[in-house]
Amino acid sequence: MPALGADMDEGTVLEWLVKPGDEVHKGDVIAVIDTAKSAIDVESFFAGTVERLVTGVGQTVPVGTVLATITESPAEPTAPQSAGPPAERKVPGQPRPAAPRKREKKIAAAEQAHPAVTISPLIRKRAYELGVDLAKLRGSGRGGAVTRADVERAAAERQREVALKPPSPAVSRIRATPLARRVAAELGVDLAGVTGTGPGGAVSEADVRRAVPAGEAAQAREAVPVREAVPAPEAAQRPAAAGARSGAERALSMRQAIGRLMARSKREIPHYYVSNTVDMTRSLDWLHERNRELEVSERLVSAALLLKAAALAARKVPGLNGYWLDDQFSPADAVHLGLVISLRGGGLLTPAIHDAADLQLAELMSRMRDLVIRARAGRLRGSELTDATITVTNLGDQGVESVFGVIYPPQVALVGFGKVTERPVAVGGLIGVRPVVVTTLAADHRASDAMTGARYLTEISDLLQRPEEL
Amino acid sequence: MTPDQAQRVIEEALAQVAPDVDIGEITPDTDLRDDLGLDSLDFLRFVEILSQRTGTRISEDDYPHLATPASAVKWLAGG
Repeated sequence: MPALGADMDEGTVLEWLVKPGDEVHKGDVIAVIDTAKSAIDVESFFAGTVERLVTGVGQTVPVGTVLATITESPAEPTAPQSAGPPAERKVPGQPRPAAPRKREKKIAAAEQAHPAVTISPLIRKRAYELGVDLAKLRGSGRGGAVTRADVERAAAERQREVALKPPSPAVSRIRATPLARRVAAELGVDLAGVTGTGPGGAVSEADVRRAVPAGEAAQAREAVPVREAVPAPEAAQRPAAAGARSGAERALSMRQAIGRLMARSKREIPHYYVSNTVDMTRSLDWLHERNRELEVSERLVSAALLLKAAALAARKVPGLNGYWLDDQFSPADAVHLGLVISLRGGGLLTPAIHDAADLQLAELMSRMRDLVIRARAGRLRGSELTDATITVTNLGDQGVESVFGVIYPPQVALVGFGKVTERPVAVGGLIGVRPVVVTTLAADHRASDAMTGARYLTEISDLLQRPEEL
Repeated sequence: MTPDQAQRVIEEALAQVAPDVDIGEITPDTDLRDDLGLDSLDFLRFVEILSQRTGTRISEDDYPHLATPASAVKWLAGG
């Protein structure tokens, strides 16, 4: 069970999209996992053949539990590995390079003196997410380096005790379709009491509905919120998306997950704040001119310009783009821009637009639209939820002037954009009315100083004065 | 396009863009952005659907006409 975000402790397998014997490639979506916040498409970390599905549909297991085993393709250099962390291997133990033991020991000793040197930022982030103490880990990689597999194995060991406890039997032993689970949750039907008529005795939606006494059923249908009753035609909401949780349960678990992460952020991160007012005249004029000739589907909204500027500025001021891990800042190589997306009905998700600084505006715009649609339909991918390097919240549409956000740990900065409004502005000694936007930055004072934050916001302002270069 | 046809197209578009909103609660003067909470991406999608269904070219300068169902019906029906 991978950690799909720093705030995730456990997940429920809603659906397997592969079966034993199937060939998978790295990045293929192999399962749908339900988290506190949403249903997520989980990708394989390896290429190979699915050997065994270890965690069954409907089972809720802690992060670090083995979901399935995959035998890696012969083309891959290392031994069999598992799908999703943690690695359960067919061959016990880790293949080690046949290096002389003495040398290995020396390197290990050197490492203890500088434990951070040979651990890559990504591994450190992973360890942070899984709650693994790197100081107590022995690396099995080249030169004693700590590998991703080491971290995940340690997490698995830590979780073993928990994992060995069978998940609540009512959930785990009942075979039911995702739709049946959702309907059962909505109608308050205990699946344990329903006789399944589907393949292998699986409970179908019809079985669940039959199990509800007629009078109650009518009442229950009334109680189903409109949002659930009307299928979202936009992105054909997957039946599993609402998944194992009802609307009310989802809202509660979402609040709790957000609450835990934000409380940790405020507890651990000394935030500092800076803000700036940016003249949007050039950007909006350019945008308007550009959109005039285009079909609706190709038009840009001002948020696309703001996001692109935020991404480019993050590249220019790298001290804000990365993670605070093990008492030090690890800059990220690329800018993966996290986007706060509020869900209709409450709560939010923060998927990332990968390599946002390298995208053309039109591409950035379509990614943004795509992310919003998929976030609301519960069709995000695991990788999108885990690797943002800096996050942007855009409250412009809510009509507020500015927003000072709470940083998503282990990130070190959160950028805020307010509403673009017309204000009296002094230009060249005269008062004029101009569209302006307030840009803000909340940043981790452990990783940077307000000077860096100020440079970042100035950079955004400069970029927005040259929209044609965005 | 008659006002009735325009009304139907608008309701269909809103059902797609904001599936959580109860159409029955929308009055002719409901502000789509402020009252229904459509953000700029939702609104763009709304405009896109209206444009597709009615075959009308809708430019950015026309957006203010689409602020409420009443104003949108009037504008689409050629009033």
